Amino acid sequence: MAKMLGPVRRAFQPWNDPSQPPFIEFRNVTKRFGDFTAVDNQSITVYEREFYALLGPSGCGKTTLLRMLAGFEEPSEGEIFLDGRPLTGVPPHKRPVNMMFQSYALFPHMNVADNIAFGLKQEGMAKADIAVRVEEMLRLVKLQDFARRKPAQLSGGQQQRVALARALAKRPKVLLLDEPLGALDKKLREETQFELTDLQESLGLTFLIVTHDQEEAMTMADRIAVMDHGRVIQVATPAVIYEAPASRYIADFVGDVNIFEGRIAHLENGGLTMTTAAGFTVEVAEMPQGVARPQAGETIWFAIRPEKMVISHERPPNATTNVIEGEVWDIGYLGDVSIYNIKLDSGDVVRATRLNASREVERPLTWEDRVFLSWRPDAGTVLVR
Amino acid sequence: MRRFTSFNLVALVFGLAFLYLPILILIIYSFNASRIVTVWGGFSTRWYVELMHNESILDAAWVTLRVGLLSASVATVLGTLAALALVRGGRFWGRTLFSGMVFAPLVMPEVITGLSLLLLFVAINFDRGFWTVTIAHITFSMCFVAVVVQSRLLSFDRSLEEAALDLGATPVKTFFAVTLPLIAPAVIAGWMLAFSLSLDDLVIASFTTGPGATTLPMKIYSQVRRGVTPEINAVCTILVALVTLGVLTASILGKARSPARTP
Repeated sequence: MAKMLGPVRRAFQPWNDPSQPPFIEFRNVTKRFGDFTAVDNQSITVYEREFYALLGPSGCGKTTLLRMLAGFEEPSEGEIFLDGRPLTGVPPHKRPVNMMFQSYALFPHMNVADNIAFGLKQEGMAKADIAVRVEEMLRLVKLQDFARRKPAQLSGGQQQRVALARALAKRPKVLLLDEPLGALDKKLREETQFELTDLQESLGLTFLIVTHDQEEAMTMADRIAVMDHGRVIQVATPAVIYEAPASRYIADFVGDVNIFEGRIAHLENGGLTMTTAAGFTVEVAEMPQGVARPQAGETIWFAIRPEKMVISHERPPNATTNVIEGEVWDIGYLGDVSIYNIKLDSGDVVRATRLNASREVERPLTWEDRVFLSWRPDAGTVLVR
Repeated sequence: MRRFTSFNLVALVFGLAFLYLPILILIIYSFNASRIVTVWGGFSTRWYVELMHNESILDAAWVTLRVGLLSASVATVLGTLAALALVRGGRFWGRTLFSGMVFAPLVMPEVITGLSLLLLFVAINFDRGFWTVTIAHITFSMCFVAVVVQSRLLSFDRSLEEAALDLGATPVKTFFAVTLPLIAPAVIAGWMLAFSLSLDDLVIASFTTGPGATTLPMKIYSQVRRGVTPEINAVCTILVALVTLGVLTASILGKARSPARTP
């Protein structure tokens, strides 16, 4: 069996199945606002029942993509297809997608039940059926007792659930979520993340979420598209994005990372040895995937996550490569883990984390300790961009 | 907060007295029992009773009321549409010109507005009377409505309308189900303002009116030239009460916490 990156929750990988038709397809879509190009000739494919995240900093074009799918913006060039049908020229109120807005956009003059019923009334659904569906949606988001409240009388978390219920009430083919959890506090956000994934799986819907929060994208999405300056720069599962980022930008944007610049010393058995500018030697077990094979002498970068380095007071025995020496410069105690900033003799600061597995440690690491950081040859990854 | 110093207090009292003492005296003397306006002859409501039997004043009041109701309603519709076009239209061709033209009547001297309207009506051979006064009032009061409604629209969260569209409401349905209820306080305030303006306009009405369409302010003005009677005081008191009520309602509605923002 092939080596897998990260946990495999289920065998849901339609993107690896060539016979699977795309459900949402952006085909060479460009969107310009005056001189500014928000989305630059991008093609994106989302499959049915997928939880797809568009991740990137603000202004990267992710929200524009979402708004084009909802129909609030028309592409300047290119076409968008939903379930095989082109959406060009279809106004927002005729598209079978519903959106959960960042501001929730609850109608302040209607109570919770009327907010949820709004979309159903537009469909011309019978009154009795609307009542049943509203009841069902209220149960789904656990707000049965709040049907008569006005949005202003609800907490942020409750408003968020009303917005979700309203967007789901029409049973849309696709639910679009625009930074849905941005206004919630951390604890509530984490809870809601899992609720959303459960909901998405049980209802069998396709979710397209826009977020700048990498943690949010990692927890919920089947696949993540990392965007920057109007372009998608990597589409992969959360584990691949984290463990095998396609560029230094992605490695840095998603999680914490230490990046060292260096030159390839030699290539061997599918792996390579490199000498870093900081003066130590790195042995990497695997070449990066999907890029042209680099040549000896070429400049590359080595990226390693803080949790993949082992901190010790003594030099690991027989180690000549994948080990660096430095001084504890800063310590951040987070409870479950501690973050150590280690200053190398070259002046570079490297970040390593250690799990606080026991409550008491015989010889704790403290400021100005001389320590060694070491790692396995498969712990880090080589980046050519 | 700074406390009132005695200087501030004196300034405030004099300022308010300067503004409202004449009106206060007018109101007091409207309850005067004496026929001579400047001599206090005891409290009485006889002038109000007499007023109710003065056909010509009642006619003028009826004309004023009709002009006010009609012109305020039309001005509200037009002003709201103008505000929508200005806030929502994006950068359409001629937007700056349009916005300037909508707001020019705010600062235009009434005499000029009145005179130009008069010239227009004469030029197109429009019989002057009730309709010309109404049209003139619509012209100058719709810009006030536009200003009031525009400020409300500027603080309006567009995503509310997008949400309605997204849920399948047509643009027209969205306007009536979401936009209008949320800007309603401003629209009503605009109506009140337009009504008050129409109620107490003398200059423009004098220019544009014709036989049989004398408004109350015109009636009062012409009577006062023949000497002030206590009856006029009573009419004015009623007018002051109506305008105060209108302006107060408008400002309360305008200040009502904007429900367009989700808290």
